[in-house]
Amino acid sequence: MKHLTEYRNPELAKKVLKEIEKTATRNWKIMEICGGQTHSLVKNGILSVLPENIEMLHGPGCPVCVTPLHLIDKAIYLAKEKDVILCSFGDMLRVPGSTGSLLEAKAKGADVRILYSPLEAVQIARQNPDKEVVFFAVGFETTAPANALSIIHAQKLGLKNYSILNSHVLVPPAIKALMEDPLAEIDAFLAAGHVCSIMGYTQYHELAEKYKIPIVVTGFEPLDLLQGILAAVKQLENGTHFVENQYKRIVKEEGNLEAQNIIEKVYETGNQEWRGIGTIPESGWHLKKEFEGFDANKKFNINIDKVPESEICIAGDVMKGVKKPFQCPAFGKTCTPQNPLGAPMVSSEGACAAYYNFRNMIKIIE
Amino acid sequence: MNKSLFKLQCPAPKFDFDIITLAHGSGGLLTNQLLETGVFELLNNEYLDKHHDGAFLELNGKIAFSTDSFVISPIEFPGGDIGELAVNGTVNDVAMCGAIPRYLSLSFIIEEGLEISKFWDIIVSIKYAAEKSDVKVVTGDTKVVDKGKGDKIYINTTGIGIMHPKAGIDISNIKRGDKIIVSNSIATHGIAILSVREGLQFETQIESDTTNLNHLTKELLDKFGDKIHLFRDPTRGGVAATLNEIAGEMHKGIILQDQQIPVLPQVKAACEILGLDPLYTANEGVFMCFVEPGIANEVVNTLRQHEESKNAAVIGEVIDDKKGKVLITNPMGGKRVVNMPVGEQLPRIC
Repeated sequence: MKHLTEYRNPELAKKVLKEIEKTATRNWKIMEICGGQTHSLVKNGILSVLPENIEMLHGPGCPVCVTPLHLIDKAIYLAKEKDVILCSFGDMLRVPGSTGSLLEAKAKGADVRILYSPLEAVQIARQNPDKEVVFFAVGFETTAPANALSIIHAQKLGLKNYSILNSHVLVPPAIKALMEDPLAEIDAFLAAGHVCSIMGYTQYHELAEKYKIPIVVTGFEPLDLLQGILAAVKQLENGTHFVENQYKRIVKEEGNLEAQNIIEKVYETGNQEWRGIGTIPESGWHLKKEFEGFDANKKFNINIDKVPESEICIAGDVMKGVKKPFQCPAFGKTCTPQNPLGAPMVSSEGACAAYYNFRNMIKIIE
Repeated sequence: MNKSLFKLQCPAPKFDFDIITLAHGSGGLLTNQLLETGVFELLNNEYLDKHHDGAFLELNGKIAFSTDSFVISPIEFPGGDIGELAVNGTVNDVAMCGAIPRYLSLSFIIEEGLEISKFWDIIVSIKYAAEKSDVKVVTGDTKVVDKGKGDKIYINTTGIGIMHPKAGIDISNIKRGDKIIVSNSIATHGIAILSVREGLQFETQIESDTTNLNHLTKELLDKFGDKIHLFRDPTRGGVAATLNEIAGEMHKGIILQDQQIPVLPQVKAACEILGLDPLYTANEGVFMCFVEPGIANEVVNTLRQHEESKNAAVIGEVIDDKKGKVLITNPMGGKRVVNMPVGEQLPRIC
């Protein structure tokens, strides 16, 4: 496959790996922001071949992991309503709420549908005028344009039975929060390539400058990640801190302006709760007042209590890079991908699930 | 004969009804008409023609016996339909035991409202698949359930076969160093089904690879006998689930070579787009075999002579340590564990 196989070329990857080894003279902690990058690091065995002085910290960029528990409970509540079709991306279905998951709700008769695009949900709303269709719109900047577009479409079509249960989180405020957390020790960031393909990286210059930290916009294939790591290590060794773009084939500095226009039309920034981390100021996108009619939170009277998270689970510390999954007392014991206590164990992008697989590997390969 | 030509030669008879109703499953006149003019006519053979409650069969020696139910949605998909799948699925399960499949039972659970033309198409597919596999449908049953209590049609088939005299299929025969071969490109069926189920359009149509595998397994057993230690078809859960099961049962490890695993380029591309892993995606017309290392290349060459197994390849081998685990080496030299899938693969958000 053009533009994929080249970035999986083992010979080139080995060369970059050698250069990383040669360049790194000290211990460095590099955080990849995006869960997709974590997944790729694990799947391609990169964590097992990186030199020992490079430690990868797995950031909070897993949308499944940071969606607040009570929002998942709301989705399940809505799904169980008689005349509701709840549509969602696939990996939200297994995430445990306080009482079960969407998958269990589906098994008990709720109409839950897995979609690849919110535009399909608009189509379902059109075809089912007697039902309320709710799209569980979670994600980072990457999924926001399609979610916003679904609302514009629904508005144009005059649909009154379409709404979204929205939880949109933003990367730059999260980087800020991580850098200001006294416990976090991060030397450099690999910024999430796909987020930047939408938003560009102009916002990141200020962060690199303020926190004196190298930020490399990085892709997802093995060679992308290794090149991103190498660029970060070079900067760290040279004592520089600026924004670099490794993912040039996709990301432009200004991003995708058309997508940004659509987002701006529908969303405005506001405070946002991140599961396991807490509320980060101005870190979310909420529907503007004129689109309130499409906000499932406001449209439906959802009466559920906020349930506290598991006391043992250290998901928040894991997502801040403060602790490794195996430092959690529940890890691999009471918390496994079959019976997850916290969201990072559910999604294949979550750091705990990734480490669960990786832990097996270390144990049996060594 | 190709399937569409075959279907043209079996035009549907004139029925007084165009959909199946509860009455067709009640055992009365309509049941009779449906069976007499439809099913019996099309599938006729000396066993079925007796119209008895069961079939009288003569079987000598060790037999293999397997059953499977088919609940696939949609019932028609690129490359096949539920009828063909129901025959091939059970024929293949019997073949995986090292047996020559001979007889099938066939049971329908039909949701009322199914168009008779669709039902006819399914029966024709069954006839075609049975003839291609050289098996006879010897007994069966039809039930009709209320609208909403099924999903168009469910089929159960049970198969009986006679063990191949040279077969030595037993998981305990697997030794360290045994090579693991897949008979063809993997993940094709799963992606074909998903593309119609989700209404996804790709530039190239991906067709299910559903087919009978019994002639291939017979040829391998004729040629290599008990040097073949295991056959298994990696249907639900894909290659990953099946190999994990085997590794667990045999208390040995398995190591796969990522780059050796055949996946069609269009299937690989679809998996990339959809966020799915071909190792965990379902197959129908593919089997794996564990063979003595000395015959591995010859087995692959034998398989590659046939259209339905032209991409056969050695994908890994059995190791003594890492008991119960399946590992995969990737091109960079890194290794990872291929875990047992937790549930169905769920597409990722972004």
